[in-house]
Amino acid sequence: MSIEVRGIHKAFDGHPVLRDVSLTIPDGELVALLGPSGCGKTTLLRIIAGLEVPDLGEVRHGGEDVSARSARERNVGVVFQHYALFRHMTVGENVAFALRVRRRSRAETEARVDELLALVQLDGLRHRFPHQLSGGQRQRVALARALAASPRILLLDEPFGALDARVRQELRRWLRRLHDELHVTSVFVTHDQEEAFEVSDRVVLMNAGRVEQVGTPAQVFEEPASPFVMRFLGAVNVFRGHVDGGHAHVRDMTFAAPGVAGRTPAHVFVRPHELEIHRSAVPGAFAARVDRVVPLGAAVRIELCAPGHGALEVELDHRASEALALAPGDPVHLSPRRVRVFPVREGESDSLTASGL
Amino acid sequence: MSLPADSAVLNPGHPPRLSPDPSTGSGRAAAASAPRTSSAPRTSGASRAGAARALPRRATEDPPAVRHALVALALLFLALLVLLPAATVLVEALRGGVALWWKALSDPDALAAIRLTLLVAAIAVPLNALFGLAAAWSVTRFRFAGKNLLVSLIDLPFGVSPVISGMVTVLLFGAQGWFGPWLAERGIQVVFAVPGIVLATVFVTFPFVARELIPFMQAQGTEEEEAALVLGASGWQILTRVTLPNVKWSLLYGVILCNARAMGEFGAVSVVSGHIRGRTNTLPLHVEILHGEYAFQAAFAVASLLFLLALVTLVAKKTLEWSQRRARREAAPRSTP
Repeated sequence: MSIEVRGIHKAFDGHPVLRDVSLTIPDGELVALLGPSGCGKTTLLRIIAGLEVPDLGEVRHGGEDVSARSARERNVGVVFQHYALFRHMTVGENVAFALRVRRRSRAETEARVDELLALVQLDGLRHRFPHQLSGGQRQRVALARALAASPRILLLDEPFGALDARVRQELRRWLRRLHDELHVTSVFVTHDQEEAFEVSDRVVLMNAGRVEQVGTPAQVFEEPASPFVMRFLGAVNVFRGHVDGGHAHVRDMTFAAPGVAGRTPAHVFVRPHELEIHRSAVPGAFAARVDRVVPLGAAVRIELCAPGHGALEVELDHRASEALALAPGDPVHLSPRRVRVFPVREGESDSLTASGL
Repeated sequence: MSLPADSAVLNPGHPPRLSPDPSTGSGRAAAASAPRTSSAPRTSGASRAGAARALPRRATEDPPAVRHALVALALLFLALLVLLPAATVLVEALRGGVALWWKALSDPDALAAIRLTLLVAAIAVPLNALFGLAAAWSVTRFRFAGKNLLVSLIDLPFGVSPVISGMVTVLLFGAQGWFGPWLAERGIQVVFAVPGIVLATVFVTFPFVARELIPFMQAQGTEEEEAALVLGASGWQILTRVTLPNVKWSLLYGVILCNARAMGEFGAVSVVSGHIRGRTNTLPLHVEILHGEYAFQAAFAVASLLFLLALVTLVAKKTLEWSQRRARREAAPRSTP
């Protein structure tokens, strides 16, 4: 079932949390709401579920306006951040809850619980209580419980937030496979870019109560629509310059900036892996000095300082790093392989550093 | 679709549930005392035995002399002010033998007092359980103006002298009170009758259930109720299937304290009851009357009943605290992210 939100505004105690949010999620998709904490993503999820009432705007499920319906009547499956399992009920009773309150027959309920516990691979734990389960098991119980009444929409609030790194990895892949099997329209909230990219079909990037960009993981990473998206999705180097007649100028360097018209101050963004290091001067390169060489497992991060540009960073793979054999203090030359130019917006803060968020 | 087997074994962030607090505590102590016993060969045999028994002193612990003195003081205080009076009640009650004790209790006036006390408690306690639950629900589940005022007002009966509670009842419902004439016209007597006693008792014992539930429900949060709501439960189903089972120990705990106070209340009831023997005398009032008439043995016999109530309350309270602690311990790992 598709989800559509239109012109949603929401404020808590006069403090705006969502400002004019509109979003369409097609049937059967798995979508991530991604953004820093406090960007309004959980509030948006709760509005879709019916747990919060928007100040303005409407919510449609499958084309039908459900704004007037309570959370109880929307038949949406929700997995809460801390699972919210009923602590006085066994795993089986938790999963059966939605069916019991609907007064389904005992036989039907039992069969459905069996089916769901098999789906989340907890068959043997039916008579355990939530406190006797590990975090990953509780997560799966919460999922089975949310799916019990066969909702057409599944909402997950930071579903992996409370788990340790390894379990989180496994559950991500598992959730993706589960979605491919069930095809329930699913929305999950996360602040973790890696999680959003790995699990979802599409990513909705949110910032300060607004939707910044919607697209596939590759789209939002390769073609960020705003400086925020650029900065939020991984580390980035920022150069200050200006745009004039379709070209960006940073000191004596010039880049093509086709999308920007007129004459305006601009920021030029370069990802660390799109900045090349040369031992000797090449055309279009600028001088820098190596500050630190940081091995990061598979990659190596080179921290540099360039006169007029400040602190910069470059990411290399191991082979390239070994070939260059860089040491702190070495003079080098840097040339951007790919840049993205955004004009400086009025009132935009410049507090983000090159290393991003 | 398959999950790795070890994802079931990994229990992020939580200690294994099999080791309850006491055992880990003693385990830590044993481990910490190990270095002392290993350095024992340098000390004499006698002191080695002592060293093995003594636990290492914690940083915040006082020297033994201070510790023993404080413990002795506390015990002495307790013996003088609690145990001695309690023993006196029992000894005095049974001084004339069991037969006399029984006779004092089976006196018609005493029986009437017992009946009235039970009746008052049977009305006041369920009422306050209901009020307390409603108050705790509204305070912890809704945001509304004047919430802090409501929380403060709930505590009011704890703050004012019970005598004042009684006097307020008289002021409102007495013959010269605000509602007195209106009630008198309809032949309803409140003051110097059972309704007044019930009203005064309800007022005095109101805070117990609410005070017990509010912090507990606040700590629990609303997530489980939200989960029940999106799963399709109605308000009544949420209350009976989720909320009440979660707060049942706290509720029962509040009810027990409320009951103890309702049966033992003296001040407020004394003002409104009128002390009519066999009609408006509760147990505490009856004890006072007997005592005033120098019927010490009978007074203590009736008092021993109230003392028994205290014992039952204490045992019930301890049992509940134990099961509540267990419930909280079970609930705790859930809430830690």
